[in-house]
Amino acid sequence: MSEKSYMSGNSEVKSDFCVSYSTENSGELNINIQSKTAILHGSKLKSITEKTLSDLGIKSGNLTIIDNGGQYFVLQARIEASVKAANSKLKTESLPDFKQHSQYKSFRDRFRRSRLYLPGNQAKLMLNAGIHQPDAIILDLEDSVAPDEKDVARLIVRNALRTLDFFGAERMVRINQGKIGLKDLEEIVPQNVHLILVPKVENAKQLNEVDDKIQQIRKDCGRKEPVFLMPILESATGILNSLEIAKASKSNVAIAIGLEDYTADIGVQRTNKGLESLFARSQVVNAARSAGIQAIDTVFSDVNDEDGLRTSVQEAKELGFEGKGCIHPRQIKPVHEELAPSESEIEKAKKIIRAFVEAEAKGQGVVSLDSKMIDPPVVKRAQNTINLAVATGLVPKNWKRN
Amino acid sequence: MGQKLKLVKNTAGRMVPTMVNGVQSIPFKGIGKYIPKGSKAAPPIRACHDFPTSGDKVVSSLKEALEKCKINNGMTISNHHHFRNGDLVMNQVFNTLSKMGKKNLRWFPSASFPCHEPMIQHMENGVIHHIEGSLNGSLGEYASKGKMNGLAVLRSHGGRWQAVQDGEVHIDIAIIAAPTADSFGNCTGDRGPSACGLLGFGLVDSLYADYVIVVTDNLVKFPCIPWQIQGNNVDHVVVLDKIGDPDKIVSGTTRLTKSPDRLYIAELTAEFVKAAGIMQDGFSFQAGAGGTALAFAIYLRELMKEAGVKARFIRAGSTKYLVEMLEEGLTDYILDGQTFDLEGVRSMRENSGHINTSPFTSYNWHGKGNFASILDTVVLGATEVDLNFNANVVTHSDGQMLHGIGGWQNCLFSKCTILPIPSFRNRIPIIVDEVTTLVGPGELIDVIVTERGIAINPKREDLIKATKRSGLPIRKIEEIKKEVDEMVGGPLEKPEFTNEVVGVVKWVDGTVIDSIFKVKQ
Repeated sequence: MSEKSYMSGNSEVKSDFCVSYSTENSGELNINIQSKTAILHGSKLKSITEKTLSDLGIKSGNLTIIDNGGQYFVLQARIEASVKAANSKLKTESLPDFKQHSQYKSFRDRFRRSRLYLPGNQAKLMLNAGIHQPDAIILDLEDSVAPDEKDVARLIVRNALRTLDFFGAERMVRINQGKIGLKDLEEIVPQNVHLILVPKVENAKQLNEVDDKIQQIRKDCGRKEPVFLMPILESATGILNSLEIAKASKSNVAIAIGLEDYTADIGVQRTNKGLESLFARSQVVNAARSAGIQAIDTVFSDVNDEDGLRTSVQEAKELGFEGKGCIHPRQIKPVHEELAPSESEIEKAKKIIRAFVEAEAKGQGVVSLDSKMIDPPVVKRAQNTINLAVATGLVPKNWKRN
Repeated sequence: MGQKLKLVKNTAGRMVPTMVNGVQSIPFKGIGKYIPKGSKAAPPIRACHDFPTSGDKVVSSLKEALEKCKINNGMTISNHHHFRNGDLVMNQVFNTLSKMGKKNLRWFPSASFPCHEPMIQHMENGVIHHIEGSLNGSLGEYASKGKMNGLAVLRSHGGRWQAVQDGEVHIDIAIIAAPTADSFGNCTGDRGPSACGLLGFGLVDSLYADYVIVVTDNLVKFPCIPWQIQGNNVDHVVVLDKIGDPDKIVSGTTRLTKSPDRLYIAELTAEFVKAAGIMQDGFSFQAGAGGTALAFAIYLRELMKEAGVKARFIRAGSTKYLVEMLEEGLTDYILDGQTFDLEGVRSMRENSGHINTSPFTSYNWHGKGNFASILDTVVLGATEVDLNFNANVVTHSDGQMLHGIGGWQNCLFSKCTILPIPSFRNRIPIIVDEVTTLVGPGELIDVIVTERGIAINPKREDLIKATKRSGLPIRKIEEIKKEVDEMVGGPLEKPEFTNEVVGVVKWVDGTVIDSIFKVKQ
């Protein structure tokens, strides 16, 4: 009698693995590896496969691996996923080494101008993602992952967070809605994820549920660093509750708007002009400002239309947004360029900061420029403008000396 | 079976045979160290008296033409067509030779393509003894397994010319596929239903072979204007229904890349050329085929426009992107060795600034100078690069022969040779400790551009200095290697090679720079 075989992956997909596993009564362990590059990778493939099975405590069954050039951390994840599909009670796991370059920290007020979405089950797109220098990468477990790949995507993302160098980009994960999302957190939170994007948030309670789960996992795994949150508002209800959501957790560092679902929810077409979402976008900006966090705009989905992207970012900037979602690395540079401060903004900011520094040196409590008083929020905004200009390379770090 | 041959160590430290297909060969001695003496080869003396006074050299079939050329067993049949994977001539030629019962022929093509897979059958039944020319796809696989009777001899475009000129290869019969020809044998590639651009690679065959056959599917009344090949060198003309599929002259390597990483590499390369001070008014560059090189040209064009800089000439492989630059006035000339797409063909036909050249002008070792060394910069590909900047283009890390050399070796003589390459493919790192096959010595390779940083050959202190404050990600090659090795899971396991030679790689001067050994299965 043949046992059911549990498959993870697709044998046609390049730069990936396809793994299938079936339990067997004979008690033997049979491993069959098919690789076109066996001559270059044969023993490594074998040793990683054996280590993974031993980590998982698997001593019997039939395992077949088709190697189409994926990375080893993906192989580990796919083996683990198919073994667990065959045996749902299995609690063991096989973790790749936690690399030094995966352990850098983030901080609350960093720039989040661009965040690059990467499907959680397509590791090949993650390998060089950090090289394109987005402010953040998002390993996505939600909309870009098909239902039958959800379980393995969670493991691939977990392993990617331990293995890959994202070169300083903030490490974000978008979890699923509801219960699956909480399951996602269990794998993700211990892996130095910096920020969790919570999709389709409609009220504070939903967000608190996620936050509570995170705090519990942090406690269990002894994680000291905070996990920031970015709720995404994608419905009329979510938009109307935006202030409550923005203020719901002190882990919130930003709120984002998702327009595909929002326009569907209010029953209109999404247009380039964007009049239909003007209210929602302004609402999100105001809620964010009121809560003292960042407002982040939706993605621009036509990868080939760079001019359209630039216009869209200009609008977002005018409305008060500080960041934009990117679905392709080529979108990152235009986003950064359009969000950069203008020359006149920079000059004005320099003047304000110089006046502030001068006043401080003289021990004056009040800062004035051209006979006008300058309030502390204005100084803070000027500093932000300068920081942004430095980050975009428009102003040297040591500009005060010039 | 590969061949167990006496091997010696050449100057590059590579083990190479001294006899290649029965001919004495000289091991690589170093760049510019080998200059043969004596006179160049020449075709036999002929008299116009022996040719029709009407000028009409058309014969009824390939078979008749071959018979008139006194075809015999063991001869060398050379050819040039420019249809890449769309060639319809050479399979017909060898099918004809097979029917005529000919054996042990040497095929000396300007290049072979996957469409020439039927040649395997001709090798199996002894019609073809072996092939000396680029080996791609299934022919490469066949030769890599040591199944060919002779050794594969891989030469550059310039090296093919050199081998004919200094007598290393004697061509008995040359076959030139011409998209337009007259009955006298004057022919051109820039027009006709199978237009492919130019016939520069076939020029050497027309000048040095004992017999020359022109095959066309577009016979025009004398004179064929322009003539890229002179009918005065042609013995016979054969008219066929169709000689090539011009749609297939656009090969897979000539499509613009969509990969964000490769686009980024191309952009970095263009920025490097600017930062290094190469992109100045009146400069020159060459960008080969391959998606990244094409994208490089597009980025460079933008930088040139921004800076108001114009090139004096571009050496090509022309594509529509380079044609646009010519038409926008961003360069005075395209000096073209081969057209990679149909826009290139059109431009060559219509634009007097689009010049057809040959490997003699651009790449030839026995010329009194050549264009390659005049170029300010050239952008090329590679399958592997090692820590000493040596590069490989003919085999992959698993030791399989997969690509021809093309003009790659010849181009290394430019003033700044840049290889934009991804730092890894799947789990295979491109920067290795030592290249599997040495095709280009590191002393001629100046810059490697990967998505993980730009490595400048330490010998090029001028480039290092010029780009120091450019803000470009300039790193040590060892550093990039370490980073990639760590990501893909450590350096590769090495294929185990037997001591059987299956092919040799020639340097541009005809010496043997490396051998390709059969891999133990």
